[in-house]
Amino acid sequence: MTKDQIEARFLLNWPGFSLDIDLTLPGRGVTALFGQSGSGKTTLLRCMAGLERADEGFLSFKGETWQNGKTWLPAHRRPIGYVFQEASLFEHMTVRNNLHYGRKRIPAARQTDLDPIIELFGIGHLLGRKPDRLSGGERQRVGIARALAVNPRMLLMDEPLSALDSARKQEILPYLEKLRDRLDIPIVYVSHSPEEVARLADYLVAMNNGKVMAHGPLKETLARIDLPIRLGEEAGVVLDAVVAERDSSWHLAKLDFSGGSLWTRDKGIALGRRVRVRVLARDISLARDNREHSSIQNVLPGEVEAIADDEHPGLALVSVKVGPSVLVARLTKRAAHMLEIAPGQAIWLQIKSVALME
Amino acid sequence: MTLSAGDLQAVILTLELALVVTAILFVAGTPIAWWLARTKSRWKGPIGAVVALPLVLPPSVLGFYLLLAMGPNGPVGRLTSALGIDPLPFTFEGLVLASVFYSLPFMVQPLQNAFEAIGDRPLEAAATLRASPLNAFFTVALPLALPGFLTAGVLTFAHTVGEFGVVLMIGGNIPGITRVASVQIYDHVEALEYGEAHSLAAVMLIFSFLVLLTVYAWRPGAEKA
Repeated sequence: MTKDQIEARFLLNWPGFSLDIDLTLPGRGVTALFGQSGSGKTTLLRCMAGLERADEGFLSFKGETWQNGKTWLPAHRRPIGYVFQEASLFEHMTVRNNLHYGRKRIPAARQTDLDPIIELFGIGHLLGRKPDRLSGGERQRVGIARALAVNPRMLLMDEPLSALDSARKQEILPYLEKLRDRLDIPIVYVSHSPEEVARLADYLVAMNNGKVMAHGPLKETLARIDLPIRLGEEAGVVLDAVVAERDSSWHLAKLDFSGGSLWTRDKGIALGRRVRVRVLARDISLARDNREHSSIQNVLPGEVEAIADDEHPGLALVSVKVGPSVLVARLTKRAAHMLEIAPGQAIWLQIKSVALME
Repeated sequence: MTLSAGDLQAVILTLELALVVTAILFVAGTPIAWWLARTKSRWKGPIGAVVALPLVLPPSVLGFYLLLAMGPNGPVGRLTSALGIDPLPFTFEGLVLASVFYSLPFMVQPLQNAFEAIGDRPLEAAATLRASPLNAFFTVALPLALPGFLTAGVLTFAHTVGEFGVVLMIGGNIPGITRVASVQIYDHVEALEYGEAHSLAAVMLIFSFLVLLTVYAWRPGAEKA
C-alpha cells in the first residue's frame, strides 16, 4: 500500500507554535491542507519540501524515505516542485531563464519539453521579459510553470492564489483545474479558502493549531457533520454531477448526480461533461412536505441521517441522504425542534442555489 | 597645478594600496557578510560589533594595537618570524594588512544589508529548483546583491584612499613604500608647502567626489519602472 502513498509524521516545537501530525496521504490527486492562518498547514508543507526540518520526523514518498531519524534529504535533493505564495521569481532573470533554472539542474533523462507547459499557462509571449514587467497573475503562472519545469514527482503549492485579487484568482483557477486533470503526480495544496478547496481538492486535511482535526476524501469528509471541521457560512458539500440537459428557452442546465438532479443557470458547459457542484448548507432549507408553490426550483426528497451542533449555539447542521449522496443543511435549532428532525425521518430539501464549478 | 614626482609616487601608491585592499576584502568580507546576514547564532552580535569597531575607534588606537600585534613580540610578528618573513611594520604588506582591518566594516556592512534585503525566499526557491546552497549563492544571491557589491567596493576603496592615522602608526612615512597621499599632504603642510598641499588635496577632493558620485548617481537595476 505504501508504494503509492505519502506517509508523513512530524513533531516540531517552536516558541508559541508546535506541529504534531501523523498522516497518510494519497499518492495522486489534489490533497488540500486546509486551515486558518497559524494552523500549521504551511509549516507542514515546508517540512514535506525539506525547507524546514522538524525535530522529529518521518517522511516517505511512495516507498522512498526522505526523512527518518538522522536521514534528511535537503530540499534541493527532493524531486518536488514548489509554488510559493508570492511567485518568488528570480528578478534578475528573464521568464525564460527562470523556467530553465530548475530544468537544467535535473538529470537529462528526466528533462521534458517545456513547450506544453508554456502553452498550458499561456506564457509564450512573456519569455523575454523580466519579472518586474509581469502582472501579478502572470507572475504566478510563471511561478507554477517553473515548478513544473523540473518534472517533479510531487507538486507542493503554498496558497498560490492568496496574494492575488479576486479577478486574478479567477484567471488562475482554470489553469489549476487543468493541471489537476492532466498531471498524474500528487499535488499538495495549502489553502484557507473553502471555495478553492471545494473546487480543486480530492482529499481534505483540516488542520488547527498544528494538529490534524480530520482528513479523508473531500466529498465524504465535507458531508460528515460529526467531524470537528466548522466552516461557518462556507459549510456545505461537493457533488460529482453530469450535465444531463440544457434548456435553452430558460437558460438552465440540469445536473444529474447520483441520487437526484439539480437545475442551475446554464453556463454553456457541453452536455455529458462531468462537473463539480457545491451546495452550501446555508442554501438548503428543510420542509416536512413538498410545497408546490415556491420560487425554489430544486426540491429533493431525502432522509435525515444525523444532526449536530454548528458553531453558533442557535444553529444546527443536518445531514440528509439523497439516494447514495449526502447533503448538509443548516438551520436554527428552533426550526429543527419544531420540524421534529430526527435520524431516519423523511424530509424535503429546498435548495436555493448551487455553485457549478468547472 | 602640477604634481611633483614625489606627489605622483604617493598618489600611485595610494591607489595601489586601495586596489589591493578592496580585492582582498571582496574575498574575505563576502563570507563574513553572508554569515552575519543569515545566521541565527548568538555570536552574530559580538562578531558584528567587532567588524564595526573600526568605525568608532580612533585610527591611532587601531594602528597602535596592530603595531603591537605585528611587532616582534606580537602574535603576527612571531608568525612572520617563524615563517622567515621580514617584520610587517613599515612595509607595504603591513600597510595592506592594517588597511584590511581598518576598512572591513565598509565592505561588510553594505554587503550584509544587501544580503539581508534579498531574504530567504529566492534561496528557498532556488533550493526547490535543485540548486545546492553554494550554487544558489553564486547564481541567485550574488547577482541580486550586485548593487551592494558596487557600493561596498567603492566605499572600501575610497575609505582606504583616505586613511591617515593607521598608516602613520604602521607604515610611517617611507617614500614609495608607505608614504600615501594623505601623509604626503601632511608633510607638505608641516613643511609650509601650501601650494603643493593644495594641488594634492584638490586631486584627492575631486577624486573622492567622483567616486561617491558613481555610487549615488548610478545604480544597476535602478532603471526599472
